[in-house]
Amino acid sequence: MSSYRISRRTPESTVGLIGFGALVVVLATLPWWDSDGSLQTPLVAILYYLALAQMWNLLAGFAGLVSIGQQMFVGIGVYGLLQMAEVGGVDPYVAIPLAGLLAAALSIPVAAFAFRLRGGYFAIGTWVVAEVMRLLTTESNDFRGGDVRALTRESLGGYSLETRTNSVYWLALALAVGGTAIVVLVLRSRLGLALRAARDNEGGARSLGVSIGRAQLITWVVVAFWTGCTGAVILLHTTSTTAGSAFSVTRWTALVIFMVVIGGVGSTTGPIIGVLVYWIIDEQLGDADAWRFIILGGIAAVMATVAPKGVYGLLQQWRPLQFFPVRRRLAGGPSTNTPPQAAEPEVVVEEGQ
Amino acid sequence: MEWVNAIVQGILLGGLFALFATGLSLAFGVMRFVNLAHGDLAILAAFLAVSFASTLDVNPFVTMALVVPIMAAGGYVLQRFGFNWSIGADPLPSILVTFGLAVVIQNALLEQYSADSQGLDVGSFETRSIEFTDDIAVGWFPVLILGVAVVVLVGLQLFLSFTRMGRAFRATSDNPSTARLMGINDRNIYAVVMAIAFATVAVAGLFLGIRQTFGPTDGPAQLIFAFEAVVIGGLGSLWGTLLGGIILGVAQTVGNQVDVEYNVLSGPLFGHLIFLVVLAVRPSGLLGRRQG
Repeated sequence: MSSYRISRRTPESTVGLIGFGALVVVLATLPWWDSDGSLQTPLVAILYYLALAQMWNLLAGFAGLVSIGQQMFVGIGVYGLLQMAEVGGVDPYVAIPLAGLLAAALSIPVAAFAFRLRGGYFAIGTWVVAEVMRLLTTESNDFRGGDVRALTRESLGGYSLETRTNSVYWLALALAVGGTAIVVLVLRSRLGLALRAARDNEGGARSLGVSIGRAQLITWVVVAFWTGCTGAVILLHTTSTTAGSAFSVTRWTALVIFMVVIGGVGSTTGPIIGVLVYWIIDEQLGDADAWRFIILGGIAAVMATVAPKGVYGLLQQWRPLQFFPVRRRLAGGPSTNTPPQAAEPEVVVEEGQ
Repeated sequence: MEWVNAIVQGILLGGLFALFATGLSLAFGVMRFVNLAHGDLAILAAFLAVSFASTLDVNPFVTMALVVPIMAAGGYVLQRFGFNWSIGADPLPSILVTFGLAVVIQNALLEQYSADSQGLDVGSFETRSIEFTDDIAVGWFPVLILGVAVVVLVGLQLFLSFTRMGRAFRATSDNPSTARLMGINDRNIYAVVMAIAFATVAVAGLFLGIRQTFGPTDGPAQLIFAFEAVVIGGLGSLWGTLLGGIILGVAQTVGNQVDVEYNVLSGPLFGHLIFLVVLAVRPSGLLGRRQG
């Protein structure tokens, strides 16, 4: 009797997970050995960008929802934390998940509008909603988004500067690692199977009973929650904001999209590569802001045309390595007269395809 | 009376929005392609006009004879040798390519022209108007814009209905692979569509530059207005695009009037809200074909 089973593990995914775990341990202990903060300071932004990149990639690369409105969730997180800490007197660390929940709650009515549009028009539709939120925040007398607003010492809860610096770093690390874990867990679940089935063949998935709209909505709300939490941590990092910077399409969506596209859309490893590439380019450019966007946007536009799967896709062509155990393969089976290679046919739903 | 004036001005402003939206509507109608750099291309055209007007020392209206053909040629080349690669069942590559292009154009303009606001000065024509009553005056220039928008849309409609190439456009829109079997070069059709889209958005950009001052980062707002006009009017309907532009124009000017009188909601925000209402109540747009 044959004994087929679905396996997601590959030899390199075991190595990948151990390596990833070791890296997380090294990064988590960083405040104790990087005493001058020369690594810790730039890493904060890199880490929350990784969280944003994983979330955008989950939407665009897996759920078929190409959003250009991610800044709305960042902005909700920023102003959510600001209002709760300043006006409500909530401890800023308690306010982080609450700000995420606020973003998740608001993402449902947003979906009611945006999900009526598809493809490129969905992209602009989400952008319009983010614009509406920016304008409402700017014009509201409560939020005063036109002015620079800062977290005061009292609303920061009397924590010392060192505590705050280190905790913001750990929170950014948690957002990045947690964001990656969310993507891996979603992809391993039935939800992820539904999303990728719909991405590869929408009609086929529907005929097998996949409720695509429901799967997309769940993903959308999860992404809103995590992006909102990230926005809240960004405010703890910068401590001051305006509506223009909190709801900035260039900072929270365009840069993130470029990172993911360069690294590889539709794979878990792609955003990590993209963020690292961004870090290298960013270090070289220094203050040349316009050139940063020209170079990153140019590379992303060219890559989207000639290498739609990014750097990770090019690596895959060279060696098909799977660092995260998210791709289902058929393993086991009759072992007597079939060579083991032939007993491992690839299953249609693949990561990075 | 202020309200009547606001509506009249809104209708005229709608002409500009319709002109912005024409290229977006056409490209979507024929090849399901959404160009996210659409607004930035208009601003690029306006900056080109600034440069030509100052180096050649001519009226900005005259530069149109240079800017529009240059933009049209650019659109053809970009589609033929760039965007065509990203067209397919999956809309993701085309969104990413055009979004990248949008950000590149914005920042290249910032680098070249600085963040300062610019304007195109066409002399006294800009401010000349006919006064109907003390409160209602209609400027010649906004009337010209609306007139051009109507001429462009009527011309495009006639082109699509009665010419050989227009038929090829519609055939490619309905079914590109069958159109190919009939000897239509769809890659060439797409490039011509993009040339027309670039030409119309260049005209719109020049008119915008004459109407008001503009800066390198004003493109996305124009893209959003154009998109709202297309969706309000109905996807794939050129008349809908004109109607959508006018509704958006009226919403913005009336919104500004509301802001003046009651100090709530600015003009653009009012326009966005009208768009969201239409999207909620009638997602296929006012004149669009109902989708199943």
